[in-house]
Amino acid sequence: MLTLKLAFKNVTKAGLRTWLNVLILSFAYVLIIWTDGLYDGMSKQVVGDMIDMEIGGGQFWERNYDKFDPFTIDDAYAPIPENLEELVKNNEATPVLFRASVIFPQGRVQSAILKGIDPNQKVLKFPSEYLNTGESDYIPGLIGSRMAKNSGLKNGDIVTVRWQDVNGTFDATDIEIVNVISSYVQTIDNGQIWIPLKSLQEMIGATNVATVIVLHKDIETIPSGSPLWEFKDHNFLLADFYNYLDRKGMGSAIMYGLLMAMALLAIFDTQVLAIFRRRKEMGTMMALGMTRGGVIRLFTLEGTMHGILAIIIGTIYGLPILYFSAVNGIAMPEAVEQVGLSLNSTLYPVYGIGLFLSTSLIMFISVIVVSFLPTRKIARLNPTDALRGKIA
Amino acid sequence: MTNEELIIAQDLSKDYPIGGDFFRALDGINLSVKQGEFSGIIGPSGSGKTTLLNIIGALDTPSDGSVNVLGNKVENMTHTESANLRNNFLGFIFQTYNLLPVYNVYENVEFPLLLQKIEKLQREEMVMQALEWVGLTNKAKSRPSQLSGGESQRVAIARAMVKKPKIVLADEPTANLDADNSHHILKTMVKLNEELNTTFLFSTHDEKVISYLKRKIMLNDGKLVDDILVN
Repeated sequence: MLTLKLAFKNVTKAGLRTWLNVLILSFAYVLIIWTDGLYDGMSKQVVGDMIDMEIGGGQFWERNYDKFDPFTIDDAYAPIPENLEELVKNNEATPVLFRASVIFPQGRVQSAILKGIDPNQKVLKFPSEYLNTGESDYIPGLIGSRMAKNSGLKNGDIVTVRWQDVNGTFDATDIEIVNVISSYVQTIDNGQIWIPLKSLQEMIGATNVATVIVLHKDIETIPSGSPLWEFKDHNFLLADFYNYLDRKGMGSAIMYGLLMAMALLAIFDTQVLAIFRRRKEMGTMMALGMTRGGVIRLFTLEGTMHGILAIIIGTIYGLPILYFSAVNGIAMPEAVEQVGLSLNSTLYPVYGIGLFLSTSLIMFISVIVVSFLPTRKIARLNPTDALRGKIA
Repeated sequence: MTNEELIIAQDLSKDYPIGGDFFRALDGINLSVKQGEFSGIIGPSGSGKTTLLNIIGALDTPSDGSVNVLGNKVENMTHTESANLRNNFLGFIFQTYNLLPVYNVYENVEFPLLLQKIEKLQREEMVMQALEWVGLTNKAKSRPSQLSGGESQRVAIARAMVKKPKIVLADEPTANLDADNSHHILKTMVKLNEELNTTFLFSTHDEKVISYLKRKIMLNDGKLVDDILVN
């Protein structure tokens, strides 16, 4: 109780020293929560976009389709089964047909996957309505901004495309790029041209066939599959992303560790500086009859109080900042796009109570440790050395 | 040890390691100090005065020999036991005052009483009495940074005296003070020595302090070379 009283007295009476310590600690506290929230927000946003624009509430895959084997694409088509046909009519599912092709943009040769989708589908938030161009000499095509960049194609360009039909015969036609969509989901963009489903079915010479059938994200009951169609749930469809996150998670953990280490270094530096500057004070306290254990407890408790104050102060000024960034989002610079991350132009951080609690706990324990270590070292000194201000 | 002998040093030696060798700071000191003495260890710089005072104050331990302070063998005491001895029976006055910078005068003087877990009302009474002894009741709320050197040392005396210790150990208490302040401080200590029968043991080479001493213990190169009682 005495130690607590003395620590409280020392902390409250130290004025600027206390507030400098507390400010540095609170900056680190808020920064760690902000960074982690941003990372969580990014993950949730990417998953949300993928569900909205690509994978819906799950997909039925034609058995031959293997997304890691491009040679399976041309064999991966089958008639849409009756039970799923019903869902398609009710706007609860939409079929998509894939076909490997070669395009010739500006005289160059480039491989691309043709994807046929119903321009009137309401299942995905994919802007397929651009493919409703009415009468035209060319098949309308949609590409994403990354594809546009890689191929040099732009809105209004005509590009020749060559493919094999179901009989293995090569054929070619021209596609008019009717829109370049800015998509955040890389997997519907890179190396792909979206055209109307019916056009692609005609091009390959097979009617009412698809490679995947995407269910609406709000669908309540998953229909049964068939020998030709296998259901793939979110766990499967998002596995790549989650693996990517895990790999990024390692990087993120290292980043988190580095950030925490920097924060702790700042805390440690400040604490060490404060405590080493006070070694004469410790010597005096020992000369006046305080035990070594008492000195260690007192200075460690002071550091702990700094940690508690930092959490309180950080919460007071950090909450409005974190709330503001969670509501209004954080604008991402274009450079992020260039390094290969497909992110929205505005990211919305997500802060959970767990994040607050875990960061507070880590901060709390860290402050205790970095206060204890230098104090213990000084308290081990002979009181006469501490009185002389000798360095441990 | 008789009832009056508070400090007894027998064949006391202290060595400090220097490189691969040792430096002998104290060499076979034999000494006893009785209750109520106003005595000083006198000698030039490096003669071992502060080392002797620190060992008597249980802040350091001897390399050889024995020191008995109030019935406690300093060389055998644990850290906690020596802290308790200092807390309950010894008062320290330092050359550089060593006031706790964030506390005001009142709180600095109160600190040893807090360690003794004395009740608040009694503490208040004792602190104000100690401040009265040194004439600083009007500075109770001042911070150490607002005090002159003389005032700071008077606070240090009040802090050393507040718990009415058996022995006060003063290491060069006037080294940083001018002549007027030095005499003021010394007169205060003489008064406390006479009124409370507290034993004072100085370490000094200041002539002003020496002129007040009733016993002069002369050290040179770590050896006790003379011990003079002044009538």
